Amino acid sequence: MRQEQFEARYQPLWQRLDEQLEQLESFRFRRGAELPADLPQLYRQLCNHYALSSTRRYSPQLVEYLHRLVLRGHQQLYTRRGAWLWRFLIFLGRDFPVSLRMNRGYFAVALALFLLPGLLAGGYCMYDDSFIYSLMSDAEVSKMEEMYRPDNSQLGRTIERSAESDFAMFGFYIYNNIGIGFRTFAMGILAGVGTVFTLFYNGLVIGGVAGYLTSLGYTETFWPFVSGHSALELTAIVISGAAGVMVGRGVICPGQFSRLDAIKRQAGSAIPLMMGAGLMLLAAAFIEAFWSASHMPNPVKYVAAAILWISMILYFVYAGRGTGGTR
Amino acid sequence: MDEHKPVTSLIDTLREHETPEGIRLELRLAGPVVRACAWSIDMLIRVILYGLVSGVFAFFGGIGTSLMLIMFFLIEWFYPVLFELYNGASPGKKAMGLVVIQDNGTPITFSSSLIRNLLRAADFLPFLYAVGLLSMLLNRNFQRLGDLAAGTLVVYREKELVRAHLPEAERRRPPVDLSVDEQRELIRFAERCPQLSRDRRIELATLLFPVTGKRGHAAVQEILGYAAWLTRGNR
Repeated sequence: MRQEQFEARYQPLWQRLDEQLEQLESFRFRRGAELPADLPQLYRQLCNHYALSSTRRYSPQLVEYLHRLVLRGHQQLYTRRGAWLWRFLIFLGRDFPVSLRMNRGYFAVALALFLLPGLLAGGYCMYDDSFIYSLMSDAEVSKMEEMYRPDNSQLGRTIERSAESDFAMFGFYIYNNIGIGFRTFAMGILAGVGTVFTLFYNGLVIGGVAGYLTSLGYTETFWPFVSGHSALELTAIVISGAAGVMVGRGVICPGQFSRLDAIKRQAGSAIPLMMGAGLMLLAAAFIEAFWSASHMPNPVKYVAAAILWISMILYFVYAGRGTGGTR
Repeated sequence: MDEHKPVTSLIDTLREHETPEGIRLELRLAGPVVRACAWSIDMLIRVILYGLVSGVFAFFGGIGTSLMLIMFFLIEWFYPVLFELYNGASPGKKAMGLVVIQDNGTPITFSSSLIRNLLRAADFLPFLYAVGLLSMLLNRNFQRLGDLAAGTLVVYREKELVRAHLPEAERRRPPVDLSVDEQRELIRFAERCPQLSRDRRIELATLLFPVTGKRGHAAVQEILGYAAWLTRGNR
């Protein structure tokens, strides 16, 4: 068939496909943007025409025109679309806890890397007051003391921050804490070294501060303050670390995959953990700003903290079990 | 299409992906320089956004500070994610004619966009994307670490294609049998003719003197005649 006949015969088909694609491209975010029923068929015909046109002696421009149409069709046909809210709910109710359970080995490693230095530093700081100065600078230590001094009316804030409202602190915790979680994960690509270092260092400092303030006798201010948000915040940092360790494992020990494929696979299965950790840090920021800093009696705070810890553990152990053949 | 693969594919920035339909998609990769330009534009936009946000929210007290910090957080981490999901590229990339896609040619997914933009923190180390640049230079697809982990490519967006019409000429049957490639070359010449200067047209056409037996303007007309015959037939 000559090119002119070929074009004349199939031009209407290409145009119809072109129109359908244009509609889909402009509606990427609309949930109702369903594929027209005949799109796959039109697309396959187009692929056939494209293959014909490039093996026959048709002009390069026609081939290029069809190639672009194929490219656009490919993009629309093989993409996921819509149902954002529903996917988010499924993520919270099933995918996040399930993927954490599937990767509990990495979680255990990250937990150990965080908890062991924390306990050691905490224990040692209770025993030796001066050890905290090996972990932090003098200025940072005095800032910590100031934040949790029993006569501080604005618990958990330095004097300069005491004028800030709870709202401002909420913004600060989001900016700072979620950023820390994201970075803990990102450094995993450096063969896991960055993640391991971040976990270890944070463990040392947080444990050290807790031990030091306890030994000073600030227990009535420090522990009620941190108990509430610590469930979500510390666990989220450890989960970010687990996600980073997963990526690092892909770099160091790719197993039966090529290193590149291993990294891609590991990052792909780590990202649900990271999204979940981000959401947990968001919730923790809310609790820290509006609940931990409030003037509730300490027993109430402890009870709330216990409820938070227990329900979080139950969520991770049981949520999403038995749905759709998952564990 | 195999006869199309030259030896230069080793250094070429053209990548192919074969679809389930057996079609090879061609993707033109973007190098470090154009991506650095795109990043600079994005940085400029972000700085302006930071300025606007802190200017506006400074007047709203505690809630203002809170919103400001939240906006800072979102601009720092999610500015590229938002635009990549919305139209495949951040404004800077769009201005440079680039787009981010999956390495199988499909639009970027949410999780890939998240991975490549969270890992920016590692690519940025120790200053100004030194790690990312190193990774791009060591990698044949110009991928920084974030792209490697997310399985994404930064490619040139296709420019608008303007179909040219073949110049009119009296149809002539080529005097010798031509291979498919040779026929395609003749048609390509005819399509490019309007863009070539008159002298260049004659120069190129005269190269085929052994086939056409003509020189000068007559040779051009002769070859356009072959192209017309090849695309339209002899009626």
